Amino acid sequence: MTTRPPKETRDPVARKKARHLSPGKRSRAMHAMSARAAQGRFVLQVCEDCGEATYPPRDACPVCWGELDWEDQPNGATVLCETSVRVSTNLYFRDHLPWRMGKVALDAGPVALVHLHRSLGPDDRAVVRAMLDRGGNAALFALPSPGDIDMTDPQLREFVVPITGKTVLVSDARSAIGLEVVKAMHAAGAALVVAGMAPPDRRLGAGEEVLSLEGVQQMPLDITDQTSLSEALSKVGGPLDIVINTARYVRAGGVSSGGNLVDQRHAFDVSAMGLSRLAQATGPMLAGRSHGAFVDLISSDALIGSANHAGFAAAEAARLALLQSFRHEMRGGGVRVMSVFTGPVDDEHHQKVPPPKVAPRRIASAIVDALTQGREQTCVGDVAQDAMARWLDDPALYAREKNL
Amino acid sequence: MTTTTQTPAATETALAGLVAQLTSGDIRVVDLTNILSSDFPVIVLPSEYGQCEPFRMETVSRYDGNGPAWYWNNISMNEHTGTHFDAPAHWVTGRDIANGTVDAIPPKDFIHPAVVIDISAEAEEDEDFVVTRKFLEDWEAQNGPIDPRHWIMLRSNWSKRVGTLSYLNLKDDGAHSPGPDADAMRFLVHERDCIGLGVETVGTDAGQASLFDEPLPAHSILHGNGRYGLQCLNNLDELPVRGSVIVASPLKIKGGSGSPLRVIAMVPATGA
Amino acid sequence: MSRPQAPYDGVAVCAPVTAPYVRFSNESAHWWAGAALRQLREDAGLAPADIDGFCFASFTAGPDTAVGMAQHLGLTPRWLDHLPTGGASGVMALRRAARAVQCGDAELVVCLAADTNAIDSFRHGLANFSRFSQDAVYPYGFGGPNATFALITDAYMRAYDVTREDFGKLCVAQRANAGSNPLALQRKPLTMDAYMGARPIADPVHLFDCVMPCAGAEAFIVTTPEIAASRGLPAANVLATIERHNAFPDDPVQLRGGWEMDIDSFWQASGITPADVDCLQVYDDYPVIVAMQIEDLGFCPKGAVADFIRTTSFTIDGDLPLNTNGGQLSAGQAGAAGGFQNMTEGLRQILRQPLGEQVRDAQIALVSGFGLVNYDRGVCTGAAALRAQR
Repeated sequence: MTTRPPKETRDPVARKKARHLSPGKRSRAMHAMSARAAQGRFVLQVCEDCGEATYPPRDACPVCWGELDWEDQPNGATVLCETSVRVSTNLYFRDHLPWRMGKVALDAGPVALVHLHRSLGPDDRAVVRAMLDRGGNAALFALPSPGDIDMTDPQLREFVVPITGKTVLVSDARSAIGLEVVKAMHAAGAALVVAGMAPPDRRLGAGEEVLSLEGVQQMPLDITDQTSLSEALSKVGGPLDIVINTARYVRAGGVSSGGNLVDQRHAFDVSAMGLSRLAQATGPMLAGRSHGAFVDLISSDALIGSANHAGFAAAEAARLALLQSFRHEMRGGGVRVMSVFTGPVDDEHHQKVPPPKVAPRRIASAIVDALTQGREQTCVGDVAQDAMARWLDDPALYAREKNL
Repeated sequence: MTTTTQTPAATETALAGLVAQLTSGDIRVVDLTNILSSDFPVIVLPSEYGQCEPFRMETVSRYDGNGPAWYWNNISMNEHTGTHFDAPAHWVTGRDIANGTVDAIPPKDFIHPAVVIDISAEAEEDEDFVVTRKFLEDWEAQNGPIDPRHWIMLRSNWSKRVGTLSYLNLKDDGAHSPGPDADAMRFLVHERDCIGLGVETVGTDAGQASLFDEPLPAHSILHGNGRYGLQCLNNLDELPVRGSVIVASPLKIKGGSGSPLRVIAMVPATGA
Repeated sequence: MSRPQAPYDGVAVCAPVTAPYVRFSNESAHWWAGAALRQLREDAGLAPADIDGFCFASFTAGPDTAVGMAQHLGLTPRWLDHLPTGGASGVMALRRAARAVQCGDAELVVCLAADTNAIDSFRHGLANFSRFSQDAVYPYGFGGPNATFALITDAYMRAYDVTREDFGKLCVAQRANAGSNPLALQRKPLTMDAYMGARPIADPVHLFDCVMPCAGAEAFIVTTPEIAASRGLPAANVLATIERHNAFPDDPVQLRGGWEMDIDSFWQASGITPADVDCLQVYDDYPVIVAMQIEDLGFCPKGAVADFIRTTSFTIDGDLPLNTNGGQLSAGQAGAAGGFQNMTEGLRQILRQPLGEQVRDAQIALVSGFGLVNYDRGVCTGAAALRAQR
């Protein structure tokens, strides 16, 4: 008797459901808000001169015409009014009617139209989150206070990636990170975790018991090998919902000195070409799914390079560039492409790196969190968070400081 | 040159005879090569060392937009991927051997007779089975002496394990597969003047040979004395103990340490 | 702080025309503009050379504006205006044209609104309506104006204890008024039961709270009393007008419109009071906006509209004849022409040229406009009081 959540099924004869996207056109200012929402930030424009917060995004302060800057804002709000949209000419929303929306007075000042969680009504206090909608753009979602959020709200599910009942592929399941990710996805209720088993083939060792659990399928998979990928995917039982790319090849080394060209090349083959191979093989599968997602684990060294891990950082930078393109391509299919940035990991590949290092288990829980919160970009651990903050603030300075 | 000089006519007759017997089937050609594919295992070294790249193939075109009427692939691999040849320069002991790289090896070395030593029963019993001088001497006592200038083919039946975990047979303490010790190698090289050693496993040395008193003796002694290695062979069980001729010609890679190759054996049909 | 409004002496408003609406049209806005001008040719004997001022409003004439339209229609005006104010454009066209005529910049201005409505053009029009809508409204369910006004309606009903029945009374009365208008797209009597039982569109907005988009055109002439007389056109005087944009931006929800900012000076300038109004032609995209105008124009105190509705009859023969052609809710909403039909209908009633039934003894019409939901509220408001010249 199985205790695993059942796999989602569908009528094999029924015509496949066409997937639509929420309306995608936005102003440049709104895209700036989306870029921040992708990081899980709730920001509004604030006037440099008078300090007034404004929404919807503008290009000048409506109070004093001052320049506007994006700033993090308190996300509390009070619901003013509500409606359930029951008629829409938009194909995406027609698939999801009725759609609850409302208006809130933000604690930050402005009023805003929001997607309204089903538990909220007028005069309720709410927490407003800037989440990415199916078109990949920021949208405000009013939720009850954290802790008592009913995640089964069908509208909210459109903004996140449910794991329960889904089929998940972990590209490299044998690394310390991969094992934890398999464990976490299994614990989060995935119906099937396909665990990519990179060569060389060998018997399971201590600590790898999770790979034998019910609901975990071991699958020989080497993302540096096109053939291996095709064969592995052809053996995945049923549709694929979530791909988590944990593959990486961490080796120390410089460029002109201490650099190992074979290692550098292999790092590129895993990080960059591997991503392309995996994306090509799985993208079309994900695009047909109601909540398709691709999560890529990526080094924060991708942002600016690393003198100590030059080849690895370069490969990860290439990976990041490819991931941006892949995200663009997948947007049309409503597939979420998420990046989880990490600094040095507390694993065998970073033995010479001093702390702080991120525990593999923490990376796994960050991936689960990114999916269930629908967050496009996550930085796990102090090093990655610091790297991202400094890179966003002053990339040229960060490049100097990091590689002094 | 110590070989007897024959008249041109006699040579022609010999070659014509060979071709005639190949055509008639009196001489059978046995393919000793495994299929070169991306999932064929390569040797795994401790992680502090550089690793052997497996075979990779990416299609350039297949009668499609990238080439409407033709099909071809880009391939990449290590020199020691799949069924392959080890040249003397592969090992540090052989670095000063004259003509020790694949491009310089005299081509006549690519064709030699073979002696097949069956260790399959022993290897099945003990996957770390070590071929010793004593084992070889006992073998000679039963099978007659090993003639000079022969390939020594160790038939372990290991090729039957291809496609399973037990081929590389990696465990927490490393790989486990049969191979010779140093005395056995010295016996074969110095006292029997072998051309080289051919094995079904991924290395001429045993899986645990790095832990031997004289580590990795096959590589060390073979190549230090200008001899060759053939690994990942297949179908050795189709060869007679004596009487087969091996054709093993590696790619002419400039300065190459070895090469994947197609190894064939010519076998008297009745001798199989 | 503000100067009193100068009177509109020497201005005559006349010749209201309506190109009969159709639900869907494959013709262009240009064609519909031509249809309205043909009507003016019939009614007022107008030829292109007679027109020296042209004021145009449309959502579907793109890529053309009033400029392209002038050349398209063979006009050579010395005064030209293009109004993007949608539901407030009729009042605003009147204001601008009246001052142009009064000051001699033009002497015969045709004010014209025309829009077409192809099968899918409403959806396309929505998608490109405004930047704020695109960024911050449509992504939230793409309910269009229905959703935006549902939110306003929800807040308004709770703030002022207005019920659906109250809105129903307005809609039922307007439908009754449409009964005699042969050009109204919906003339079938509407009962309160049918109103209450209609399907929800965006709660609390239901089917009969929504207008029907259609194709059509409306036009009128602003000229001098002398020219009007010489052409034999009955005309009206402009008593007063107001206009306001983006009023009360700090109100969290639009419970009042820009009229409230200017209404006192409006009545003062007009020399009349609400009690003198014989027919009220207000913008009626949704009944909540009708109720809001009744309050903000001064027909009842703010917050008292429910009582006012319950004690007032709005039919043509009622206490306060309201949207006597049926309004957009029954006649149809032909884009920007929806912001003109209140003006043409007000004129018709006081000039005794009704499409259907005549409001008895109508002398004074109050016309009110409301336009452009740029984000969460209508931005443009305006009103004009007209009295027949007799």
